[in-house]
Amino acid sequence: MEIYDIIFYLFAAITLLSAFFVVTSRNIVHAAFYLLFTFFGVTGIYVLLGADFVAIVQLIVYVGGILILLIFGVMITNKITQVDIKTGTVHTLPAAIGVGLFTGIVGAVILNTEWRIVDSPMPVATLSTLGEMLLTEYVLIFELLGILLLVALIGAASMARK
Amino acid sequence: MIYEWLYNITGSSILSMFVVSLLPLFVFILPFALLAVLAERKVSAHMQDRLGPMRVGYHGILQTVADIIKLLQKEDLVPAATDKKLFNFAPLLVFAGSYAVFAAIPFSSIFIGSQIQLGIIYIVAVTGLVVAGILMAGWASNNKYSLLGAMRSAAQIISYEIPTLLIILTIIMITGTLSLYTLSELQTSYFWNWMILGGPATGLQKILYIPLMIIGCLVIYISTLAEVNRTPFDIPEAESELVSGYHTEYSGMKFAMFFLAEYANMFAVSAIVAIIFFGGYQSPFGYLGNAIGLHWLVPIEQFFWFTAKGLFFVFVQMWLRWTLPRFRVDQLMAFCWKYLIPISFVILLLAGLISLI
Repeated sequence: MEIYDIIFYLFAAITLLSAFFVVTSRNIVHAAFYLLFTFFGVTGIYVLLGADFVAIVQLIVYVGGILILLIFGVMITNKITQVDIKTGTVHTLPAAIGVGLFTGIVGAVILNTEWRIVDSPMPVATLSTLGEMLLTEYVLIFELLGILLLVALIGAASMARK
Repeated sequence: MIYEWLYNITGSSILSMFVVSLLPLFVFILPFALLAVLAERKVSAHMQDRLGPMRVGYHGILQTVADIIKLLQKEDLVPAATDKKLFNFAPLLVFAGSYAVFAAIPFSSIFIGSQIQLGIIYIVAVTGLVVAGILMAGWASNNKYSLLGAMRSAAQIISYEIPTLLIILTIIMITGTLSLYTLSELQTSYFWNWMILGGPATGLQKILYIPLMIIGCLVIYISTLAEVNRTPFDIPEAESELVSGYHTEYSGMKFAMFFLAEYANMFAVSAIVAIIFFGGYQSPFGYLGNAIGLHWLVPIEQFFWFTAKGLFFVFVQMWLRWTLPRFRVDQLMAFCWKYLIPISFVILLLAGLISLI
């Protein structure tokens, strides 16, 4: 066992276990906090794959941004007003069929794909390559995404004013 | 690097990694916290014309040691109505978040936990864990003061992260690097190469950078002060309104964890200001080790300069705490969104224009 293997299994275990608890936890605040560990585990796996920038962005956007907002929302609605919001199970049969189909497709893809296994070179910093790609080859998509975000921001601000 | 050196001695990568990752805690954070808590009490006392702790040891030097022994002996009290799991985990998360910052901070050219290329963005990212930990503590305490404190703290940290990031972005744009090690190496040898005085740029560009950098330094110092919840931005734990905010219900070692995290954070943000604007571990005027030919002396000198700069900014934080009154919540938000953020956007734009000269 190399140290990288140990770290990989550690992060994989964190991701899977916490994801399991997110869906099974009866307390919605606990579920939100378990989600923190799922995101954290995924970040670790990104780092091990050599995608340093994606990992950091995952941490900033999901842990620092979205999750904090989520917890904020959940915290204000729960316990303070003595109304316990519990997660329950509804529509078991359609859900089971949907999940079964999805698992089948994913499983089939995993089993039937011929995976290329190569020794990856020592990971290098991806940031400058990413930046150049974004401003040359993918500049149109990049600008469009920027406009999309700006529209969303303006929309949110105008809704908040009402 | 320390890691390679240890690896050559022990021959085990796991052991040497473990030792390297523990070094900042035992060599730095714990002694620093011991010293800083005492310093804060002494500084506050002398600023208010008092003497401060005087009984334990000479002029109260051992006061914090006595305090820590007291904290260790305390019963681990968990109030009945709390959410036990989250209540017990929150101090760990807060401390882990502030400890993780130290992995990327270059203490000297040979003592840096990890030379990751994205050092500065990494530091911004892991502070997200601190916010989550504070929210967890506030919610799990099941106490309205704790919850209010946690909410205020999270709102404050998220808002003040924006000016911090914008100033950091300006620096990234000028220097073209995100690695704190490279950033420190760029500002080498003499103090006129520090970013506050225009960095490695020359001629007209340097002169135009200087006013921008001074304002930028002020903006980032103010906003990092707010991010570590220090006075005048200490509304999350405002004693006169909220008892002591998100850690009202904590006692004993769990309280000590929050305390340790707070002091570790204080040093971390001071170190970031020192690295970005004041040359990091670089000496302001050459090295004694280079002058007399003892090159092994240079890293030690660098460690001294880095610690000195960091401690100076920590002292300024204490100074401000005992000088300025606390902000109101609305003033705090208005100050960030109406003044700091526009100022930092202007700095970003102007620095971009100047870098084209």
